[in-house]
Amino acid sequence: MTALRTHFGGAGRQFSMLIALAALIAFFQIATGGKVLTPSNMMNLINGNSHVLILAIGMVMVIVVGHIDLSVGSVAAVVGIIVAIALRDWGIPWWAGLLLGLVVGALIGMWQGWWVAYIGIPGFITTLAGMMIFRGLNQYIGKSNSVPVPEEFQTMGAGYIPEFGPVTGFNNATLLLGIAAGAYVIWREVAKRRRAAKVGFAPDPLWVVGIRAGLLLAFIGYFTYLFATGRPGTSFPIPGVILVLLVVLYHTITQRTKLGRHVYAVGGNRAAASLSGVSTRRTYFFVMANMSVLAAFAGMMFIGRARASGPFDGTMWELDAIAAVFIGGAAVTGGIGTVTGSIIGGLVMATLNNGLQLMGVGSDMTQIIKGLVLLAAVAFDVYNKSQGKPSITGLLFRRRPRDDDSDSSGATAGGSGETGAMGADSDNATATSPAPVPEAEARQQPGLPGATQMSHSTPNAQKGN
Amino acid sequence: MSTSHHKLEMRQITKEFPGVKALDRVDLTVDAGEIHAICGENGAGKSTLMKVLSGVYPHGTYSGDIVLDGEVVEFKDLKASEHAGIVIIHQELALIPELSVMENIFLGNEVVSHGLIDWDRARSLTLELLAQVGLSVDPRVPIKNLGVGQQQLIEIAKALSKDVKLLILDEPTSALNEHDSHNLLELLRGLKAKGMTSIMISHKLNEIEAIADSVTIIRDGLTIERLAKTNGDLDEDCIIRGMVGRALDARYPPRDVKVGEVLFEVEDWTVEDANIPGRMLAKSSSFRVRAGEIVGFAGVMGAGRTELARSVFGRSFGTYRSGTTRLHGKEVKMTTVDSAIKHGLAYVPEDRKTLGLNLLDSIRTTIVSADLDRITPHVLLDEDMEYEAAESFRKSMRIKTPHVNRGVATLSGGNQQKVVLSKWMFTEPELLILDEPTRGIDVGAKYEIYGLINQMAAAGKAVVLISSELPELLGMCDRIYTVCEGRITGDVPRSEADQEMLMRLMTTTTSAA
Repeated sequence: MTALRTHFGGAGRQFSMLIALAALIAFFQIATGGKVLTPSNMMNLINGNSHVLILAIGMVMVIVVGHIDLSVGSVAAVVGIIVAIALRDWGIPWWAGLLLGLVVGALIGMWQGWWVAYIGIPGFITTLAGMMIFRGLNQYIGKSNSVPVPEEFQTMGAGYIPEFGPVTGFNNATLLLGIAAGAYVIWREVAKRRRAAKVGFAPDPLWVVGIRAGLLLAFIGYFTYLFATGRPGTSFPIPGVILVLLVVLYHTITQRTKLGRHVYAVGGNRAAASLSGVSTRRTYFFVMANMSVLAAFAGMMFIGRARASGPFDGTMWELDAIAAVFIGGAAVTGGIGTVTGSIIGGLVMATLNNGLQLMGVGSDMTQIIKGLVLLAAVAFDVYNKSQGKPSITGLLFRRRPRDDDSDSSGATAGGSGETGAMGADSDNATATSPAPVPEAEARQQPGLPGATQMSHSTPNAQKGN
Repeated sequence: MSTSHHKLEMRQITKEFPGVKALDRVDLTVDAGEIHAICGENGAGKSTLMKVLSGVYPHGTYSGDIVLDGEVVEFKDLKASEHAGIVIIHQELALIPELSVMENIFLGNEVVSHGLIDWDRARSLTLELLAQVGLSVDPRVPIKNLGVGQQQLIEIAKALSKDVKLLILDEPTSALNEHDSHNLLELLRGLKAKGMTSIMISHKLNEIEAIADSVTIIRDGLTIERLAKTNGDLDEDCIIRGMVGRALDARYPPRDVKVGEVLFEVEDWTVEDANIPGRMLAKSSSFRVRAGEIVGFAGVMGAGRTELARSVFGRSFGTYRSGTTRLHGKEVKMTTVDSAIKHGLAYVPEDRKTLGLNLLDSIRTTIVSADLDRITPHVLLDEDMEYEAAESFRKSMRIKTPHVNRGVATLSGGNQQKVVLSKWMFTEPELLILDEPTRGIDVGAKYEIYGLINQMAAAGKAVVLISSELPELLGMCDRIYTVCEGRITGDVPRSEADQEMLMRLMTTTTSAA
């Protein structure tokens, strides 16, 4: 949910996806006669997809940096079986099992990162090998059997926050979460205005703020209500809580830390990044290692939900995660993509699965439809870029100018200070360099005598708003 | 002289790009069976002229006539000009490293019988061609196993396979060592003896003097003059005068020169090519820069200026072999770009788009990208500090943009360069190395960039300015080093420097000075 929240005010592409997601939910809600937006279905949707969404968080970083990871499903499976056996046979407590799983994930990630970063094998190959190696390891270690996991793991994979406090008729924990989320939205708008004042930009007009915050608050309110009114004993599911925490963490890492900036820099232009002091090797290593840690986490959540670790856990997860990332606006060539966008992309896929299932569409048709959606989403992007146009919804949601320059106009690309600006949205991509003059041979203008005039007109493509 | 003696005539060729006249009524006359050289500074229009000739810019995109063997020809593409017997060998060789010698020679022109490639015949033909260029290698050897000199000969063999009548060589010896250069020139003489007409673009004036029968000099898209050996006026001095004979006007802002102590010294710096073992990019080069001083590096393309600079900048180019760097008299070792930045070095690369910028990035994030620590007070980047930094540079550098959140790709070349400069100023460097900072930038923006460079020097920074434009160096620098083939061949104070002298030092292949 944070995904949706933090990105109001973000890049155009994510808005298109957000609108598409809302439309999709509305469509299925009508088509199924109201079976989609029910507490139990929403809880199922989150429990059944959080592992893929967690993979998408790591995958977007891998794709932004210019690689791909095909091994995530196998890594999840091998970690799952190791943890399940350790819990069963060694009698270690659940938290030690969790820790063990993360350590194994980290080791696997370092192994893969080493090949990619220091030997120079493309991620595609390294992880294709990893996909086979770790699938085989899973079946070797588990002797191709299923191994059950204890209750605490099941809670982590599909549980609910325990009931507490006065009887309000709602689930108190969910209510608290909702209130916290709402408070954050309001605090963020206030902070943004304060910053605008401090840096000296004109703040967004109040009506824009009102609509934006209002929509978000209504949205949060509705889902809080939905999750708080499920059957007694249920709440916003624990996998959802974990997912939200991870999204916040990784959104912050990608947008607000050196490391995150380096990921985008290496993905956007490797040579320029290394001439700016970025170690491409270290960046590759971190991103690959991190992916396997997240895969380990996803694997453990999955065995919790499935109540056992099996020999075919995690098959095709890599493809779901990759699809989510690309639907969420990442570029195949690297450099572009956001954590929140990928989560939205993953939710689009999840909603499709869920809605089609509720409509009674078979898995054959579901797969065909999902494939077509993936193609259409990326084609939409490619077409817009080639046309030099942002998406329609991107246009609608583009921010008003808010700079203090009297001489300039034009809409600002990117978004709020917190999001977006790193991942070029369709706006940035529109403005390719202007002149086809070959630089080396472009003849110099014989000097304007005393060329003191500097006021060449603003070269930026001024787009009306 | 009647037209029939001319192998090629290009008459009144004019080629315009949006906003720029790259060629302005250029005439070129090449006699049959001669070696004709084209000279001019970088950006004078030589390559454009050759692209017009070879059909890369098809008929209709330029005005003027191309007359080949007395007949007006109109090429619609490269294939058409090759069909007429015109073959260009570019500076960057167009061979495919993984394919064998014979596969490369007959690529796109395969020896076919009954719909299948006849490799046996291809091989015997290859052997014949290799004999013509004096090369004895196995036709089945992959190109990547050959040296650059041999590859250059393979290119010529490839041209011969196409039944070439007019051979054009663009800087054929720029990547070659002395021995290979000599061989190549000998081969050209041999081909000439068999009646081949060649055009050679070269910066190496001694080679031109040695081999060319006539020379056309191009400057700023205009034909300046045509010199011929038969008239006795073909010598280096005449060529230099023709190439640089441009008056300096007030294109450079004035500045107060306040030169301080020696800030940065490089001693005996030697760098080897990372790909071609044995080829030295810098040969025990030494130079020093004082605080507040602007020091120029002059040299033709490929002379090793960029390689030297990048190697000093955290060894980001080539393989370091020997040499020391001293900052304020104290020896420092900078083995990574990161450490170079930490020591107060900044390098603005020559190619903005491929080396200087991430074009997907915004102005705001680009400006702080070389020193993120400065805006990271604790764990997280402080976005207020980032905004303030970006805004202050937008104002002080006069970056023309509605907002620092805009993508750098939306900016013009001059403003992109200001963003790159801002990015490096943000690291508060002591030594700024500027590699071709005004390339591809219009005149007005150039003047602004010059002003910014002067400001940096006035602020006590040491500035190294690498440029292919001699007037720029003479207009901006306090002292100029000349570089030729990886060696520093001269160290000239501005008061003593002029273009002809620099040009001579830049083309001195054997060590002088």
